[in-house]
Amino acid sequence: MTDTENQNVKIKARDVTVHYGEARALHGIDLDLNANEVTALIGPSGCGKSTFLRCINRMNDVIDGCRVGGTVSIDEQNIYSDAVDVVELRARVGMVFQKPNPFPKSIYDNVAYGPRIHGMAQDRATLDEVVERSLKRAGLWEEVKDRLTASGTSLSGGQQQRLCIARAIAVNPAIVLMDEPCSALDPIATAVIEELMEELRRDYTIVIVTHSMQQAARISQRTAYFHLGDLVEHGQTEAIFTKPQNQQTEAYISGKIG
Amino acid sequence: MSTSFLFLCLLGLGSFSFLFGRRRIRALSGAVSVKQHSRDVYHGSFVALCAVLVPLIVLLAWSGLSPLLLDAMLEDFLRRQSPDLSIGEMGVLIAKVKAYSVGSLPEAFANDLIRNGSDYFALLRSNSNTARSVAVILLALGGLAYGAGKLAPRFTARPAVERVFEVVMIIASAIAILTTIGIVLSLIFETFRFFDKVPMMDFLFGTSWSPQIAIREDQVGGSGSFGAIPLFAGTMMITFIAMLVAVPIGLMSAVYLSEYANPRLRGFAKPGIEILAGIPTVVYGFFAALMVAPFLRDSGADIGLTLSSESALAAGLVMGIMIIPFISSLSDDVINAVPQTLRDGAAALGATQSETIRQVVLPAALPGIVSAILLAISRAIGETMIVVMAAGVAANLTANPFESVTTVTVQIVMLLVGDQEFDSAKTLAAFALGLVLFFITLMLNVLALYVVNRFREQYD
Repeated sequence: MTDTENQNVKIKARDVTVHYGEARALHGIDLDLNANEVTALIGPSGCGKSTFLRCINRMNDVIDGCRVGGTVSIDEQNIYSDAVDVVELRARVGMVFQKPNPFPKSIYDNVAYGPRIHGMAQDRATLDEVVERSLKRAGLWEEVKDRLTASGTSLSGGQQQRLCIARAIAVNPAIVLMDEPCSALDPIATAVIEELMEELRRDYTIVIVTHSMQQAARISQRTAYFHLGDLVEHGQTEAIFTKPQNQQTEAYISGKIG
Repeated sequence: MSTSFLFLCLLGLGSFSFLFGRRRIRALSGAVSVKQHSRDVYHGSFVALCAVLVPLIVLLAWSGLSPLLLDAMLEDFLRRQSPDLSIGEMGVLIAKVKAYSVGSLPEAFANDLIRNGSDYFALLRSNSNTARSVAVILLALGGLAYGAGKLAPRFTARPAVERVFEVVMIIASAIAILTTIGIVLSLIFETFRFFDKVPMMDFLFGTSWSPQIAIREDQVGGSGSFGAIPLFAGTMMITFIAMLVAVPIGLMSAVYLSEYANPRLRGFAKPGIEILAGIPTVVYGFFAALMVAPFLRDSGADIGLTLSSESALAAGLVMGIMIIPFISSLSDDVINAVPQTLRDGAAALGATQSETIRQVVLPAALPGIVSAILLAISRAIGETMIVVMAAGVAANLTANPFESVTTVTVQIVMLLVGDQEFDSAKTLAAFALGLVLFFITLMLNVLALYVVNRFREQYD
């Protein structure tokens, strides 16, 4: 099921399987994800979409008893090969989680954390600049520029999530993974973050897991539908939502199952 | 009837009342069509409580107070027989009479006065006993009748029974609080008596501690000096050494267990460390005195250091080992309470595991860790057995950990062993030391609570 219609492939997954202990969560996924596009992964709970997302930055590594098979290549390099350093990989593949998880540090230190551990800023001025640029891109700068020393946990939920996005893009990754980033937010905060994704896709490859069909339709260029650990159907978002090829996909997006 | 037999009687009567009440309410409710308010079991309990509660209180009060009353009556009786005895002689006589009445004073030591007194005392006791038995049993039967009379389908037995149990629980918690208040008040009271004899400033800021004072008026001996500074300095030094050992080891083992160890290893390593907390401190004490202190002295001699055979270092090291499980166990709990999402967030930014722990997990857990350390310090300050055995009793004011020092707790022990008059400055000094110790540990605990509440991050 390889997409042949485009040449701009950033992430290439081939025969990806994931086991949690004895249970198999993903059954051989083949999927190409394009650069400078938002790809939405949709499907009912437990279908494996989050598991697949976490394969892209090897976050499954930290889970006890989790085994990943197959290959995931970013820019033609298999990230599961021994030559790849997972720390370096995660600097290239940022991630935003379902629940906002700012560190219990100041707003400034939250954003500066990644650049600091990767030695990306040599002096304070450069770091200040990175923090300001990241917060601006995440649309949070105007709200927090006067209280950068306040704790990140003192912000509202929507602000916290934008802080986490700023934190993720501060290390200048090529890819940003988002695991249901708006599920804990109200519609206004959600709209702000959706606008932001549209803006970010010019520079980054974005993969988002979402439970909201409307959100997938609004923000993504491509959509992949997962069901029970299988990739059922994927393609242009418009095509998936207007004329799905598969019965299951149609049932899900029209609200009959889920 | 003996106290225990009466108690058993009450127990039996209580059980009977319960069954009787339950049966009676069934019969009463069966006869009418009204809906019963409380379940049968509450009616049974109500009757049982009516039958047992008041007699039980009377039994306990009588058993507690009657010996005092009987002693007073016996003394009155003996005083009338021989009016010119001194208070001390009277005390001895009363003790002899009581001993004779239970048969532990040999016949050869008895005289007529003792025999008469003993007969009188036996009579008093048997009268008191009979009166007690009659009172308790009458009250119990009366309570049973009263409770049974109250039973009716619409009688609100459940709230009544629950109120009784609520009061019982209030009393239980009041006992703990009142005991604490009582101890603190007696400490304060005796401390003020001590300050009548020794000026407060001399005690708090004096640098010489030698509490040897004359027991008899005519004895040759110093008047004693009660400067507590050497004691507090010794306590602080040993506590400091203990913390130097316990904080790094405890913290690192907590980090290892919560962040690195796999679940199986953690499953037996954590209880294994906690076993350290179960070793009696007296065992640590002779371990320190018989093995660690000589070992330190000998190895110190090898590299040209002079260690006294009872050194602050030995006591501090062993105390540090003892404190490890406090710090590691409490820190392990707070580290585990740091949400996994924070670790994921740091890992997703490309932080290594050690960066995640140092820069994200430990700062988030810091308030809890600080309070664990403060609690461990208050535990170390109050620790007695190890320092009694390993640190020595000489009140040296020194900053050299190789020398023998003494601590507040050791000196409290030293002041109170042996025969003393209760109101001598030496004995009262123990109360003053105890009060200061209590104050310090109280402040540490309050500080620990404050740190936790003030700096805790709220995670939902």
